[in-house]
Amino acid sequence: MSRIAARFADLAARGRTALIPFVTAGDPDLATTVPLMHAMVAAGADLIELGVPFSDPMADGPVIQRASERALAHHTRLRDVLDLVRQFRARDAATPVILMGYLNPVESMGYAGFAEAASAAGVDGILLVDAPPEESGELVTLLRQAGIDLVYLLAPTSDEDRIRKIGAVASGFVYYVAVKGVTGAGHLDLADVNAKLTAIRRLIPLPVGVGFGIKDAETAGQVAAMADAVIVGSAIVGRIEALTMKPEHIPGAIGDFLAGLRAAIDATDRARGLK
Amino acid sequence: MATNRAEAYHWPDARGHFGPYGGLFVPETLMRPLDELRQAYEHYLQQPEFLAELDADLRDYVGRPSPIYHAERWSRELGGAQIYLKREDLNHTGAHKVNNTIGQALLAKRMGKTRIIAETGAGQHGVASATVAARLGLECVVYMGEIDVARQEANVYRMRLLGAEVVSVKSGSRTLKDALNEAMRDWVTNVDNTFYIIGTVAGPHPYPAMVRDFQAVIGRESRAQMLERVGRLPDALVACVGGGSNAIGLFYPFLDDREVALIGVEAAGEGIETGHHAAPLCAGRPGVLHGSRTYLMEDPDGQIIETHSVSAGLDYPGVGPEHAWLKDSGRAQYVSVTDAEALAAFHVLTRTEGIIPALESSHALAQVIKLAPTLRPDQLILVNLSGRGDKDMHTVAAQEGLQL
Ligand SMILES: Cc1ncc(COP(=O)(O)O)c(C=O)c1O
Repeated sequence: MSRIAARFADLAARGRTALIPFVTAGDPDLATTVPLMHAMVAAGADLIELGVPFSDPMADGPVIQRASERALAHHTRLRDVLDLVRQFRARDAATPVILMGYLNPVESMGYAGFAEAASAAGVDGILLVDAPPEESGELVTLLRQAGIDLVYLLAPTSDEDRIRKIGAVASGFVYYVAVKGVTGAGHLDLADVNAKLTAIRRLIPLPVGVGFGIKDAETAGQVAAMADAVIVGSAIVGRIEALTMKPEHIPGAIGDFLAGLRAAIDATDRARGLK
Repeated sequence: MATNRAEAYHWPDARGHFGPYGGLFVPETLMRPLDELRQAYEHYLQQPEFLAELDADLRDYVGRPSPIYHAERWSRELGGAQIYLKREDLNHTGAHKVNNTIGQALLAKRMGKTRIIAETGAGQHGVASATVAARLGLECVVYMGEIDVARQEANVYRMRLLGAEVVSVKSGSRTLKDALNEAMRDWVTNVDNTFYIIGTVAGPHPYPAMVRDFQAVIGRESRAQMLERVGRLPDALVACVGGGSNAIGLFYPFLDDREVALIGVEAAGEGIETGHHAAPLCAGRPGVLHGSRTYLMEDPDGQIIETHSVSAGLDYPGVGPEHAWLKDSGRAQYVSVTDAEALAAFHVLTRTEGIIPALESSHALAQVIKLAPTLRPDQLILVNLSGRGDKDMHTVAAQEGLQL
């Protein structure tokens, strides 16, 4: 069983909804990322999504675009990101790490070389925003062989056909994008999200995480009532941005913010447990 | 058209691939909208009523067919082949871009979309989009890199006059590629009511094929006009390549005419060797950007690098995937000319023929200056004069140290 599958199985047994924070690797500098990852785990993160910076993040809103620009300003490369994961693994063998990004840096490294290097570094899953299953046959095969889970996005526009198609290749969990839009956009409609999750669950037997548009503890608590995982990105990255001049304060500040989200999610989980 | 049916050109395949290039590399939210677009495009491009409306618009609104013009004086001066210009500069709005925006806007209307978005570099595609939006009463938002807004201010004003909102894009390199990113983000957000008119043969399937099909009117007319005027096909076609739409529009109807050489001209900027250029086919390598696999300008880590060209419309780090395939398959050749060579050609055509070309088109003309003297006087070159130079007055004046 993969580290991601094991983590979700354990959470399900404990009636706990996962909290998955997203941060961009190397933002604002390489030295901050690993301490930040440990602080997030200490504050209640169950899995971590680590963004691989890209020059043309077309699915991201301004907050995560700027994080990519900050990381690229000092040339954070894919191999540096893998190195950060290796450092994190030295002290944490249990928390799954999912790399999230765009295809071209992976293509540039070469699929086989990437699969091998990512597996050796301790990466558990990959989510490539612009690599739908139709276009990623070879990559899927190589990542599977390397024991890496393939996490895919599902969107409000995904019909049954697409949900099935993605269900056929996805492993670990699937990620439902709760709003039509880029990361950090708008507000999500909980009733819509709930209806879509029901449709997804009917067709895909994996845990379902919900992200895009979760900005505060209240929404996190509400989404926890329907999802297996609550994914929060821009709200965290925006707080990192405010502290770029004082990077030593970032792990503590983000830890505090996550603790608030965690408490709201726990409250939902407890209420559900009582029912 | 085809001489040998069995070998006739047949790309893209059903999933939008040109050999290993093209495809559909987009976020999940866009998969279904792109499929809907593909279905509409495949349906309407077979439908006589749609095609009749398109033809009527191209005739009465754009002014097609555009003439071919024998540049006799220039041919004589170069002392080689006879040079013919395909006069896309005479189209309404001043460039070939409108052939495509007319087509896509008619599709948008058929699909019930009320809002149009577009990206633009030189502003020609933005103007052409704002123009058709005004005519059809559609809301129009044009994304343009901050640097391009500054160097193409006349076109920015034209778009605003036409009722479009011009959004200055401040992310990344603040040029065409970033405008495309921003337009994609808008589309992901407003996909229910919005039609994204991409201005060149780049992007995810079906855009490269669809834009090509709308621009192929250039090549169809040229082929018939050359046969009628000269009684035979040209020996070489020459066109500039930014994303590649005017080039593919000219080349496509000639792909099965093996005896016709196809030459695409990229922007070498300050020179390929300086790294300051916009020539992915000549100096890049394959990768994935903006929804398709194609040749790109990227660094060793797969980050897209900044391009340079004096011409905003060529200042793009990628290229349409069909050109990538035509390059690899050997059917077309791709070369590059520098800013300085393009500017020289700009002045030569202006002084010799009384035609002021766009700086983009001047790249094709610069290649003709190299090519024509190597051919005999009974050989024929047809060059795509993709647009007129009015929009470039400020840039050219600035090169001479003048301010208008
Ligand atoms: C006059 C003109 N020619 C050529 C181009 C380059 O585009 P493409 O390569 O798609 O024809 C542009 C783009 O703005 C243009 O305005």
